[in-house]
Amino acid sequence: MTPEQEQVIDNETLPAKTKEQLKKFLSEKNISDDQFEEIIERVNSEYMSTRIEACEAVGVIAAQSIGEPGTQMTMRTFHYAGVAEINVTLGLPRLIEIMDARKEPSTPTMTIYLEPEFGADRDRAREVSWQIEAATLQEFGDITIDMQDMQVVVHLNSAVCEKRKIPVGTIIETAPRKIRERRHYRDFEHESDEKEGVINFMPKSRESYQNLFQLAEHVRKVIVQGIDDIERVVVRKESGEYILYTEGSNLKDVFDVEGVDTRRTRTNNINEISQVLGIEAARNAIIHEAVSTLNEQGILVDVRHIMLVADMMCLEGEVKQIGRHGIAGEKESVLSRAAFEVTVNHLLDAAVANEVDELSGVTENVIVGQPIQLGTGDVKLIAKPMN
Amino acid sequence: MSTKLNVLEHVMVPDHKIMSEEEVGTLFSTYKITSEHLPKIYHDEPAVKIIGAKAGDVVRTIRTSHTAGIAESYRLVVKRPKK
Repeated sequence: MTPEQEQVIDNETLPAKTKEQLKKFLSEKNISDDQFEEIIERVNSEYMSTRIEACEAVGVIAAQSIGEPGTQMTMRTFHYAGVAEINVTLGLPRLIEIMDARKEPSTPTMTIYLEPEFGADRDRAREVSWQIEAATLQEFGDITIDMQDMQVVVHLNSAVCEKRKIPVGTIIETAPRKIRERRHYRDFEHESDEKEGVINFMPKSRESYQNLFQLAEHVRKVIVQGIDDIERVVVRKESGEYILYTEGSNLKDVFDVEGVDTRRTRTNNINEISQVLGIEAARNAIIHEAVSTLNEQGILVDVRHIMLVADMMCLEGEVKQIGRHGIAGEKESVLSRAAFEVTVNHLLDAAVANEVDELSGVTENVIVGQPIQLGTGDVKLIAKPMN
Repeated sequence: MSTKLNVLEHVMVPDHKIMSEEEVGTLFSTYKITSEHLPKIYHDEPAVKIIGAKAGDVVRTIRTSHTAGIAESYRLVVKRPKK
């Protein structure tokens, strides 16, 4: 292929991927100008014929193309995703979750990539995982209830603290603060001895043992290291680097942890992505999650249908669900809304608000017994009425 | 927000660029549309804040597409509605 021919390919109005494939295919071959011209012509006409026509009802096609294979999916598949025993919702429940744009998925999980110097070494990857995995106070020492003096005594194990790279002083400072802030329990006092690694918690009221046991429960369960929402972290080696998989998700806080690669780390919580990374990232996340959910079930749906769905969900600047609260919920017709749910309420509200039904949709026309308006509507879209 | 996080560098975030008035004009005339036909993006989005776009600007995003390789799309910056 000559540089001139390459120039010709660059100037064509083909998608970038097609151009690249064409160049790669022709790179080693020796072809005459006539042949080249014909190739370009054929590629162009092939490309034009595969493009969707203007005014095509792509929504209906997408709905059918996703819906039909969707019926083949197993209704309830709660099984292990094969990734380090972390349970992830898959199959139809997960697909519904994505389309419904739930605020929180039923099994939030993150894939945390590490920066090269951390990802190459197992021990350093483990260190990062300790900064992320929520660890309760009882993992760092012995907690005993002293009935006689009405107090809860914590003996911190310095060896464990050393191993998990957290100074004793930090635990002494965070534990009482977190009980107050995170667990909303304030009826206690504490004193500590950093050298000995001992913290004593005393309930404010010494009347009953109930307070003491309640306090002990808070002391045991308070999270002193890691990020509160992330219950479990698993370190795995994949294609030469260590990757962390988590149960629970908190994108914003994980990005602040040292050693985390802020370019590749991702979560399956789409709402969180849209808040931290923006609407375009959310669109990508919807496509990625939907495609991987379908492919995992062995169902092949063309990515263009899913892209259309994702585009519609992200059209208004925030993620909207496919359903009556989201992109389908803005139906204007009173009768069509009344046909769906809480008929009387809808009719009553419409009457109070003096609403008018234009009878433009399918449902309303069926209700009043008229022929429905059918077609793509492209004539109305293109032709401008005279006068 | 963390100091080291640059939203635009994340693999899931495409490049965002503010379009000049001229570019917006050609965009509208080629597709015969007005600004209200464009998809929206909120003004307080992390990516929008970084490039410094204001409400009313049009942002061009250069996505890596599954089908076309590279695809451009456009979003109108709007104020986030109050809840």
